[in-house]
Amino acid sequence: MRLTARSFAVLVVLAILAVVPAISAWTEVPFWTDFARRMMILSIGALSLNLLMGYGGMISFGHAVYIGLGAYTVGICAFHGVTDGFVQLAIALVVSALVALVFGAISLRTRGVYFIMITLALAQMVFYLGVGLEKYGGDDGLPINRSSDFAGLINLKDSVPFYYLTFALLLLALLFVQRLVNSRFGMVIQGIRSNEARMQALGHPTLRYRLTAFVIAGMMAGLAGVLLANHTNFANPEMMHWTRSGDLIVMVLLGGMGTVAGPVIGTVVYLALEEFLAGFTEYWQLIIGPFLVLVVLFARGGLLGFLPDGRGPHGSKRDG
Amino acid sequence: MAEPMLEVRGLNKSFGGVVATDNLDLVIGAGEIHAVIGPNGAGKTTLVGQLSGALRPDSGSIRFAGRDITRLPAFARSRLGLARSFQITSIFHEFTALENVALAVQAHDGHSFHFFADVRREERLRATSRAALDRVGLGHRADTIARHMSHGEHRQLEIAMALATRPRMLLLDEPMAGMGGDESARMVDILRSLKGQQTILLIEHDMDAVFALADRITVLVYGRAIASGTADQIRANEEVRIAYLGTDEAA
Amino acid sequence: MGTLVVEQLFNGIQLGILLFLLAAGLTLIFGIMDLMNLAHGSLYMLGAYVSATVARWSGSFIVGLVVALPAILLLGVLLESTVLRRLYRRGHLDQVLATFGLILFFNELVRFVWGPAGVEVQLPAILNGTLRLWGANFPVYRLVVMGVGLAVAGFLYVLVVKTRIGMLIRAGASNREMVGALGVDIARVFALVFGLGAALAALAGALAGPIYAVSIGMGENILIQTFVVIVIGGIGSIRGAFVGALTIGVIDIMGRSFLKDIFALILPPAAAETAAPAVASMLIYILMVVVLSFRPQGLFPARTG
Repeated sequence: MRLTARSFAVLVVLAILAVVPAISAWTEVPFWTDFARRMMILSIGALSLNLLMGYGGMISFGHAVYIGLGAYTVGICAFHGVTDGFVQLAIALVVSALVALVFGAISLRTRGVYFIMITLALAQMVFYLGVGLEKYGGDDGLPINRSSDFAGLINLKDSVPFYYLTFALLLLALLFVQRLVNSRFGMVIQGIRSNEARMQALGHPTLRYRLTAFVIAGMMAGLAGVLLANHTNFANPEMMHWTRSGDLIVMVLLGGMGTVAGPVIGTVVYLALEEFLAGFTEYWQLIIGPFLVLVVLFARGGLLGFLPDGRGPHGSKRDG
Repeated sequence: MAEPMLEVRGLNKSFGGVVATDNLDLVIGAGEIHAVIGPNGAGKTTLVGQLSGALRPDSGSIRFAGRDITRLPAFARSRLGLARSFQITSIFHEFTALENVALAVQAHDGHSFHFFADVRREERLRATSRAALDRVGLGHRADTIARHMSHGEHRQLEIAMALATRPRMLLLDEPMAGMGGDESARMVDILRSLKGQQTILLIEHDMDAVFALADRITVLVYGRAIASGTADQIRANEEVRIAYLGTDEAA
Repeated sequence: MGTLVVEQLFNGIQLGILLFLLAAGLTLIFGIMDLMNLAHGSLYMLGAYVSATVARWSGSFIVGLVVALPAILLLGVLLESTVLRRLYRRGHLDQVLATFGLILFFNELVRFVWGPAGVEVQLPAILNGTLRLWGANFPVYRLVVMGVGLAVAGFLYVLVVKTRIGMLIRAGASNREMVGALGVDIARVFALVFGLGAALAALAGALAGPIYAVSIGMGENILIQTFVVIVIGGIGSIRGAFVGALTIGVIDIMGRSFLKDIFALILPPAAAETAAPAVASMLIYILMVVVLSFRPQGLFPARTG
């Protein structure tokens, strides 16, 4: 891997993430570990969305649903006494995959703004479903008292081991995405994003591939949800609200779509900005709102877009 | 006569009140270069669209290599060996020329549900792609990003991509559109080199190219085939002269 | 039971008319400028807040309405000329993201100025009564809302179908580039259309105040419903917005009111109790998905291109 300015930036961020628990211990501020862990969990979610958006050209405004599904799987399982982490993870992945399959089959027949609206509508459906399920907390959410038990290998209630598990998963996710986008599958997905009609004319059954990407992304987000549930000890419908999907989109955009690790940068910056501004004023969204507008207007390639990459970026143009 | 490669019967297509294809019959034999000419708006691109599967005809039938493909989706027709190039360049602008062709090769080389192996290391894929680029004279531009190539090179790339799918028949929609003299001549050479090996339906405005390449010609006016025959027959046809070639020059 | 059905049908139609006010503006903006504006809900919210507040100060509901409309219209025009204008040429993603940023900003602005709690709206006594017809109760205010909405619908119809401006708008909705090529000052048309949309949104917000709560999230909730309306009705079509809005309004209200009873006919009561509210909220989305599978362009698509 060539060391371009972009890769360097990513390595720096990863290096910092690697030592956060040490910093936390040294400064005796456990908050940093929690905060960074949250960043990593949401990064995994953003990575999966980037697969859809940046590489696949599919702007899903309902991606947060899969994170919520992962979280609720853990919550509902724990509610019924099933605390085996492996079982919870398996169920979460299956549920995410199935829902993504169904939702994808419905929405991927549409394009552009219709696609955005359908993913939004389907996500809201699930949100309302969550709010309506009184048994599992409804509007208030579902507290999770027992952490996922991975055969006793890791105690997720213990902050630092959980942190490094998440870090390992993040690295795995990055590796996975990197391999995926350079594989045959990845080329096809990017080709579809570039010119779907031509891909079909060449002989690729494009719907199949897009649906597969949709399912893979959904499953990755489901994994993030499982982690999130253990991180917050909570699962609530708000996790699936369309504004959360909006947050994810912003994180992907900030980091630069169409780069493998961009979402990590984007998530880190977005959450850090949030936290930093919140320290100044409780009305921090007054600043983040216009900031977002400015980024869209003037920094379209995202923050990583400012850094050279050896060759031009594969994408981040009009979605069409 | 051996089974024709392409057989179109009674094809009809209208857009609202506009008749784009009017009860069209067309037969193209294997190895033939068949040109379809006609004034603008005659429905030539619409025809190609229906043949390739991008458009659904209102009625009529299309048989390709003895098989009814009227209801088949575009990607399936491509898989059967019917390739098309586009009148308005339709390539992958952010990819290199090699990658453009590789996507074409990939479509006919098994499936693409391979998630982990690096496609850039697939030597066979790269070699086949390079060969297709060489065929059209673009070998030296393999690693150039398509966006940075000239219009003429785009048109060459279009042909390369169509060829890379190992087709039995090519639908070429104005391959020489927007090309200057040298580039056109080069394109004619490329197409001439395919004579006999490929069946080609050629839509073109460039009459020199058409008469140089075509075995048979069909003339389309307002979606209807008003004449069909050899180059000489068409040149001599009165109706065609008036409708399209202009009434003065004899060949 | 019969009267309940009539009353809820009435409420559904009233919701539909309110949705129409929002949808008409949104569909025009989307149809003509191809702008996907998530902040439309924010204009609705601001209309509600400003109207309610001014009504409080002045003691008159009418004054509140009369002040809110031009205020929000001005804000809309300002927004269009500064931020939104730059987004016309960008893709829908950019528009979604930028206007999402606007939503965050406006929500926070409202929280900053008015605080997290909503605003109470007091209706004048004459509007507070109930009309009793055929044994059912019809709140006078809701009748007024319907009246105003229908009047606006009529006005829009005349504007779009019978005037030159309307012709430009319809042409623009059908084929934007052509209108520009015809030498019309397209920037002016856009500003006008956006201003109109903003005013309609503000009107809807002001009228909605007394019926639904005036609160910070009110914009987003109704925005999604509005999008469903214009997607079903067909983007760029006011007629589609009207039909779509009434349909959605009625289905939503009737669904919430009667689905439980309908379910109870086929499911055990406990299941009906849990399933009904969830499904009721999902009804309009299910409808959207169904419509889009048969008519991907909506019921009355205005676009030719």
